[in-house]
Amino acid sequence: MVRVTQILGAALVAGLATLGGAAFAQGGNVDAGAKVFKKCKGCHQVGKGAEHRIGPHLNGLFGRKAATYEEFNYSKGFQRIGGGGLVWHAESLDAFLENPRAMVSRTRMSFPGLKKAEDRANLIAYLRQFSDNPADIPEADPTAQGVDHDLDPAILALKGDPEYGQYLSGECTTCHQSAGGDDGIPSIVLWPEEDFVLAMHAYKSKHRIHPVMQMIAGRLGDEEIAALAAYFATLEE
Amino acid sequence: MTLNRRTFLGAAAAAASLSAPMVRAMGKPRVVVVGGGAGGATAARYIAKDSKGAIDVTLIEPTRKYYTCFFSNLYLGGFKNIEDIGHTYGGLAAGGVNVVHDWAVGVDRDAKTVSLAGGATLPYDKLILSPGIDFVEGAVEGWDLSAQNAMPHAYKAGSQSELLKAQLMAMPEGGVFAMVAPPNPFRCPPGPYERVSMVAHFLKQNNPTAKIIVADPKPKFSKMALFQEGWANHYEGMVDWIGDDFGGGNVSVDPNAMTVTIDGEETKVDVCNVIPAMKAGRIAELAGVTDGNWAPVNAADMSTKADGDVYVLGDASAQGDMPKSGFSANSQAKVCANAVRGALTGSKVFPAKFSNTCWSLIAPDDGVKVGATYEATADKIAKVDGFISQTGETADVRKTTYMESEGWYSGITADMLG
Repeated sequence: MVRVTQILGAALVAGLATLGGAAFAQGGNVDAGAKVFKKCKGCHQVGKGAEHRIGPHLNGLFGRKAATYEEFNYSKGFQRIGGGGLVWHAESLDAFLENPRAMVSRTRMSFPGLKKAEDRANLIAYLRQFSDNPADIPEADPTAQGVDHDLDPAILALKGDPEYGQYLSGECTTCHQSAGGDDGIPSIVLWPEEDFVLAMHAYKSKHRIHPVMQMIAGRLGDEEIAALAAYFATLEE
Repeated sequence: MTLNRRTFLGAAAAAASLSAPMVRAMGKPRVVVVGGGAGGATAARYIAKDSKGAIDVTLIEPTRKYYTCFFSNLYLGGFKNIEDIGHTYGGLAAGGVNVVHDWAVGVDRDAKTVSLAGGATLPYDKLILSPGIDFVEGAVEGWDLSAQNAMPHAYKAGSQSELLKAQLMAMPEGGVFAMVAPPNPFRCPPGPYERVSMVAHFLKQNNPTAKIIVADPKPKFSKMALFQEGWANHYEGMVDWIGDDFGGGNVSVDPNAMTVTIDGEETKVDVCNVIPAMKAGRIAELAGVTDGNWAPVNAADMSTKADGDVYVLGDASAQGDMPKSGFSANSQAKVCANAVRGALTGSKVFPAKFSNTCWSLIAPDDGVKVGATYEATADKIAKVDGFISQTGETADVRKTTYMESEGWYSGITADMLG
């Protein structure tokens, strides 16, 4: 599998280079890109069966106009830039990944960017694999973060009360902006409820490390976490 | 017929009911909030937002531009401009809050009215006081408000912060910056020590042979180990902290001679930042809801012990274990808003839940934090769980903490002011 990936990756990168992606004349390394992608996995899936999570899935990214999945709830910033005609290519991805908010102000993507050109090139080479035709080549399981997923299905199945969530959210919005901005503290609005619940339980069980979040999540019950997830999932910017 | 007490009361009631429709337009319940800081602005915004027009909310705030005390030390250190910490009330007004720029000068709890310096009288069904702090008279020998230009407190942000910054910038080479620190309890427990750090940072850049003396009536202070580690690492030999054990509490000042006398030893100084002992903002006392320097409140909803229709938020309240901070006031305001809305419109009231985190900046990219969660008990707001940054943390951790504080600033100001 790995060997096939490398071969495919090499072929694609060569293809890209001939298309004239000046920034990528050196080419990216697919395996190194897979490692870089670990930074993205918390929010994005890619590969066979990938679905929208906190961020949209990244299959078929290349050549696609930005913010065009109807079923995904994009930030207004992204809707604007998609409407403005941004299409994802190696060059536009390179610019976006270097400093996401410089390109799309008020994106909900809480990620400061990849400062090293090499990391970006490797990541772009990795992502390029999943935009082949037919889509989703190579056939692999979608990437996702495994550590947060060992949660009792009964907890995930709880339906939260958004009114209670709205009240409880007061404890969140002192730091996390309800309009979805991000200036050093991540955006938490419009996440899929499941991701929200998984993340909060991961803090509660101290699998995720952050003292404030461990403390806040630590005294939230299952119903309260479900209520918060229900509320934040439906907020409008 | 003789006018006995009963008929008199009846007549009064009839008169009241006749005048009522004029005062209480549309019959909506009325909430008056005094003070547009972290407590009052948040309460006003949340009640207006969540009641969707069912409650009339009026905010009384004398200043047209509000400068946050939090991050005002970062302004002194050169990390922020004064305009970065200034905010207007347009967002609240757009969110349905009637913002009145005036001073509240009296509360008639029997008539349920607030009188304003401009002459108006506002009726309320629920009154929320969030007046912040005033200073205890005579707390520092030789200092009173008339001396605040010679020796600024800069503990209410704005012109006082700008004055202290100007004095800091004008210090002669190798000069002395003195601080008189306040006794407990006071607004922002790490505040004076973050200020020392920011002043030290400024002096290290601009006046590296200058010295800082702190006279402190306390034997220890918030985040003490973290600050002392930071001062030793970043500003070696610059900061002389004189705690209570060494006479730091025995202090007097002379604003004319610009001298500070600590435990009998007089020192000529170039800048003197006097942060006196504090008490609840004056309107809380005028409303008759204080006991000593602060206003005791019930933990479940922040209503005062003196009057169930009068609430006190933030620094002015005596509530239990929470520190006096903008974060605490914001947290208390949401509990209060939920309870007030429930009492006036029958909306669901959820159990009280409080939290606080205070970030401090010691040097560029060297941020630390302390925080806790709290619950309402019958006696007080009681601490549940907490954490604090550790000494010896890596530079990465400290930088992330500082970045987080930036995010928090954006978050809380948006949460307060819309």
